[in-house]
Amino acid sequence: MGALLEVEHLTTEFVTRGGVVRAVDGVSWDVREGETVALVGESGCGKSVSALSVMRLVAAPAGRIVAGRVRFKGRDLRALSDEEMRRIRGREIAMIFQEPMTSLNPVLSIGRQLTEGLEIHLGMTPGEARRRAAELLAMVGIPDAERRLRQYPHQFSGGMRQRMMIAMALACNPSLILADEPTTALDVTIQAQILELMKALSRRLGVAMLIITHNLGVVARYADRVNVMYAGRIVERGTARELYANPRHPYTLGLLRSVPRLDEPRRARLDPIEGQPPDLTRLPAGCAFAARCAFRVERCARDRPGLVGVGAGDHVSACWETERLDRALATR
Amino acid sequence: MTGGRPLLEVRNLVKYFHISGGLFGGREGVVRAVDDVSFAIHRGETLGLVGESGCGKTTTGRCILQLERPTHGQILFEGRDLATLGREELRAVRRRLQVIFQDPYSSLNPRMTVGQIVAEPLAVHRIVPDPVKREARVQELLGHVGLLPQHARRYPHQLSGGQRQRVGIARALAMEPALIVCDEPVSALDVSIQAQIINLLEDLQREFGLTYLFVAHDLSVVRHISDRVAVMYLGKLVELADRKALYDDPLHPYTRALLSAVPIPDPELESRREHIVLGGEVPSPLNPPAGCVFHPRCPIAIDRCRAAVPELREIRPGHWAACILA
Repeated sequence: MGALLEVEHLTTEFVTRGGVVRAVDGVSWDVREGETVALVGESGCGKSVSALSVMRLVAAPAGRIVAGRVRFKGRDLRALSDEEMRRIRGREIAMIFQEPMTSLNPVLSIGRQLTEGLEIHLGMTPGEARRRAAELLAMVGIPDAERRLRQYPHQFSGGMRQRMMIAMALACNPSLILADEPTTALDVTIQAQILELMKALSRRLGVAMLIITHNLGVVARYADRVNVMYAGRIVERGTARELYANPRHPYTLGLLRSVPRLDEPRRARLDPIEGQPPDLTRLPAGCAFAARCAFRVERCARDRPGLVGVGAGDHVSACWETERLDRALATR
Repeated sequence: MTGGRPLLEVRNLVKYFHISGGLFGGREGVVRAVDDVSFAIHRGETLGLVGESGCGKTTTGRCILQLERPTHGQILFEGRDLATLGREELRAVRRRLQVIFQDPYSSLNPRMTVGQIVAEPLAVHRIVPDPVKREARVQELLGHVGLLPQHARRYPHQLSGGQRQRVGIARALAMEPALIVCDEPVSALDVSIQAQIINLLEDLQREFGLTYLFVAHDLSVVRHISDRVAVMYLGKLVELADRKALYDDPLHPYTRALLSAVPIPDPELESRREHIVLGGEVPSPLNPPAGCVFHPRCPIAIDRCRAAVPELREIRPGHWAACILA
């Protein structure tokens, strides 16, 4: 399968009172046709800004893409005119956000919000758009579509609103959906419903997905490939199976070890990652994770490690001490 | 831990909220937030209280803290019914019932330094009236929660999320509490920080003999920290058991669905696991279903479930479930 979206050396900065923050620092990743890729990391690691940069939705003048290329189906998105970019958004690449209420218009009916895109992007007549909207609601599991189309967002529950966002995202048959923490605001049983729905629809319609999340369990259940981000950089990438079975970066290993798991015997004590995430305005010259890392050596503070191949299936990690990490894992 | 008089007993707790029509003449009604809930917490134990939003777990905690007045039922602390206490007695009891909130940022005064925030209850409740000794006590408390002396001069916005939660814990600890209601204490924190705070709560429990009511929706975290676990759904307690029994052998279909919905960070295992995905959504507590409140979403419901409200029964010693099929 060919690459649908290729991000190369993307760098996005924000001007803040504390100084310039490089939220995304030279990251490269891609999404192939029909697959589900995850960007995983904690708050401030740059995962959401990466997606916003792809869509060219980083708020100027504070935020700015300063370098890199974003190629979608071979076209350089950064070189497109605003008008051309608008046609890409919604029609070819759709986005789903964490809190649907903030991305739905509270004074427009559900029906109008669904038909608007169909009329603008696909040139449908109001009648055609209305029929398609009803179809979309049924597809995402909202029963009684005719009545629901006349309602407003506040009359929908959180789970229903997220279904509605998925319907809007699917409206113009996009080839890629960027989902930013799509289920974080939802309850556990509703989260399970929404994720199952997204998985089923992406399979059926062949839509590729980028899932942005901090939840390692969600990634394990739904992603084919995973990029782990820390302080604006990708520190490890691999297929989900390879990365979870054989983590090759101390941060990934730390994350996996710090969460209690229902499938394992209860541990007497959790293994946290010590310390705090770094201040992005004062990043060290070397590895940003060094200060919290159990495997750090002198070199880590000085030299920044690049991503290098560490195993099967394009598994890469940015760590000087990968081999020592391996030995530690083997003796666990 | 069992045996002897429990530290806290909740008996048939009911909390209804009345909704008026309001300016625009909306729907009037009664929200049954907590509907006949009973449990006990023993000295030194952690009782986990889990459920999804709107299940009544937070309201239950607020009733225990006397932040809400129960509609019916009793809350007994060290055997005394809190509703019968006079103002002064209640004040003394409330000191020993503390709370840690989900979002420390909204519960810390942004204009006060960390030192002032922790010192305030010590002064107001005359726990340490002498200012010099108070200063020393603040330093000691900051040490207990893993903060440094210089943090006392900082303001909440200068701290990270994990450090702010440590301040919230120090403030609760200042009152020398017996019971702490931990209301989603780690759910707003980053994954790498959650484990730090959970370890801290466990260390403090051992050191100071604390008792916790741990209210949360994350079932993996609750399993780690709790001795016993109570599961709520739509204002009702549906299951209550020892940690091991509840997680290894859940008896209520809602508990089973909840456990199955938690994704496990292992792709290999996830691909083999069977998932129970519940249909529908939690009904409105304004108009809960008749019979068992879970029956509209229950995968094993039978006719009888629509008619009769199932009682919380002790199915095995110490393992309670409110399901006629359990």
